[in-house]
Amino acid sequence: MAERVPAVSLRGITKTFGSTVANKNVDLDIYRGEILALLGENGSGKTTLLNMLSGIYYPDAGQIFIDGQEVTIRSPKEAFDYGIGMIHQHFKLVDVMTATENIILGLKDKGKLDLKGASAKIREICEKYGFQIDPDQKIYEMSVSQKQTVEIVKVLYRGADILILDEPTAVLTPQETDKLFAVLRNMREAGKTVVIITHKLHEVQDISDRVVVFRKGEYIGQMITKETNPQKMTDMMVGHAVTLNIERPDPVDPKPRIQIEGLTVRSEEGIVKLDDVSFTANSGEILGIAGISGSGQKELLEAVAGLQKVEAGHVYYVEDDGTKEELIGKDPLEIQKMGVALSFVPEDRLGMGLVGNMDLSDNMMLRSFREGHSVFTDRKHPHDLAEHVREELEVNTPGLSTPVRRLSGGNVQKVLVGREIASAPKVLLTAYAVRGLDINSSYMIYSLLNKQKQSGVAVIYVGEDLDVLLELADRIVVLCGGKVSGIVEGRGADKNEVGLMMTKLGGGSDLA
Amino acid sequence: MFDFVAFIPRAVAQSIPLLYGSTGETITQKSGNLNLGIPGVMYVGAICGVIGSFLYERACGTPEAMNPVLTIAIPLFFCLLGSLLMGLLYCFLTVTLRANQNVTGLAMTTFGVGFGNFFGGSLIKLTGADVPSIALSATSNAFRRTFPFAATTGWVGKIFFSYGFLAYAAIIIALIAAHIIRKTRTGLHLRAVGESPATADAAGINITAYKYAATCIGCMIAGLGGLYYVMDYACGVWSNDAFGDRGWLAIALVIFTIWRPDVGILASILFGGLYILYLFIPTGMNLAVKELYKMLPYIVTIVVLIITSMRNKRENQPPASLGLSYFREER
Repeated sequence: MAERVPAVSLRGITKTFGSTVANKNVDLDIYRGEILALLGENGSGKTTLLNMLSGIYYPDAGQIFIDGQEVTIRSPKEAFDYGIGMIHQHFKLVDVMTATENIILGLKDKGKLDLKGASAKIREICEKYGFQIDPDQKIYEMSVSQKQTVEIVKVLYRGADILILDEPTAVLTPQETDKLFAVLRNMREAGKTVVIITHKLHEVQDISDRVVVFRKGEYIGQMITKETNPQKMTDMMVGHAVTLNIERPDPVDPKPRIQIEGLTVRSEEGIVKLDDVSFTANSGEILGIAGISGSGQKELLEAVAGLQKVEAGHVYYVEDDGTKEELIGKDPLEIQKMGVALSFVPEDRLGMGLVGNMDLSDNMMLRSFREGHSVFTDRKHPHDLAEHVREELEVNTPGLSTPVRRLSGGNVQKVLVGREIASAPKVLLTAYAVRGLDINSSYMIYSLLNKQKQSGVAVIYVGEDLDVLLELADRIVVLCGGKVSGIVEGRGADKNEVGLMMTKLGGGSDLA
Repeated sequence: MFDFVAFIPRAVAQSIPLLYGSTGETITQKSGNLNLGIPGVMYVGAICGVIGSFLYERACGTPEAMNPVLTIAIPLFFCLLGSLLMGLLYCFLTVTLRANQNVTGLAMTTFGVGFGNFFGGSLIKLTGADVPSIALSATSNAFRRTFPFAATTGWVGKIFFSYGFLAYAAIIIALIAAHIIRKTRTGLHLRAVGESPATADAAGINITAYKYAATCIGCMIAGLGGLYYVMDYACGVWSNDAFGDRGWLAIALVIFTIWRPDVGILASILFGGLYILYLFIPTGMNLAVKELYKMLPYIVTIVVLIITSMRNKRENQPPASLGLSYFREER
């Protein structure tokens, strides 16, 4: 392999967004006719790096070589000119148009619009690689996997010979994944280069020739897939445990509070999101939920909070005296009144729980506007609460009447978590509470959660950073593909072991 | 017996302004711009044509001194220019400044009607006539010139050949618009812009250019509807507020025709017929019944809105991003 000239070489690529470094001095070679897997946890910079190759972002520093020639890629169109096409996780398709119309959209061919000719050419591509789509079908009639196929064909139609797929299997069923992989192998046989971004070890083993591992924006190393094993890949992926010195007080009088039995949830597309999940969350402890994003964390929390339709299983709320009450089937308001509070921080921060255009007091009121007996809402208490949250959590805001959307991310999160804590919950569900926060704000949130735990609240903490989970949580439930891969004690848990559980059910290092 | 030979030409004449308006609005909406300023644009188109022709008639003095080409070209040019400026104003506000499309459109309608009435009033004062209207008979005669054989071919001539050139132009423009939207690359890109600007942007289509072009061309076409109304239908007589609410009917037609200008040809004739049906139904001395018949186009519009809203087929729905501004950064 060493004597071959790489089709694409990246040298010293660095990209920063504000103060976060997404990629640091990355070198990467991509060869023709191979399937290369980029492996790494969420936020390890895989997607950012390839976005620079496909013209979405522009690197702050570094060089890109294509067939040995240095190039600059400023837009997706320029990337196409070099034969590079990327298939993103979010499809860019016009719903009411046919596959053909979508595929030729934006092409500036000369002469009359020839839909028939284009359809024929698309059929030819489909036949060559084994795609199964009808060029004349409308996009809105297609399944997710068919839409993905259209995106891939679109890239091929434009003559790309380096295809980049960003987590293509995230939205697919196992059968669809197998089909996709078969097609990708066909493309490799035809001499195309395929780069696939993933965090699933079995997929890396399944499809790739070579795997490159990223961690926290840096290139860690590469391996020939055949010569490696899941243990080695996980070690590279999660790295050595880092000591963060997060406080972890002992659990206070732990008693079962939320008992989950055999919980199964399907998404609207019919994909199983949670499969027979069972565990118990105790009062006075922090239960961490670990897992690669999209392993069912969101569905789990929403099922407990009454926001998600459940196919099977039970969620019990256990009183101090041991009586159980079923939560499934109750509406979210009832569940909330029982003392279950949900603070979910989505990627865009404002999507769930807070209204961007409303100010702090009004956002506090979202929880309390039903209280009181007069026709007028009680504005005084929410106002006091907002003042309290601002002082207690050191929310940096020009005033209580500032729309939440104008606050910085960390402050928005403090408001959200602060409000949920203020309702004196029995159960506190938090997801990604420290997403995008700087170190100080993160530690403040950790100590808030610890305070809740010490006052006897059952805290369920869904986190992204394994290091944090290992130091903060008393017990950790590891999810993998919607199933419970294992439950470990937070104290003394081994990072690599948990990492392996996240990527492979049960976490055994034996090769399948 | 219902007098079809008299009824159809009247219905067609009534339908042409609606057809211009709905063709223009359809093109605009396909780019994702909901231009509720169309009634105002049609007013502006009409009054600008009137101003042009008024100035030219005045400059020449007698009808004999008027150049036949200029008689038509000057009002046409003024009309298109006025409508274009309205279109540019709308685009500047909604595309460049990303103002709310509904508010902008309504404001432009109010503005357009006021603009028409203001300059109409000024011209009426200039003529010094007793009646509150301006008659531009020389120009109107040029616009209303029909095929020479219209009078000699009996009912065929009456139904098919008895219109001025703007009526035939309306139908041709509608057919061309339908062809471009459905069959050409430009149309494909235009639809993509209206359906999903982010997708179109990613495919390298210039969103701003398409929105500007579609809206401005749409406004110019709609403006011609106003010109046709004054010069042909109203025989060159401008009186304030005479154009009425045809602009709103034109927008209703867009929904009625499920965004297809070719369907609009027949639909507008249907609407035109309903508009004047009361003149052809013997109602005797009971004027109240006449008023009921006058309601017909509006009732049909409401019924059609209900029916089209119930249809669930995706192709018959409005462009998905209709009424929304596009920010690239907000992807």
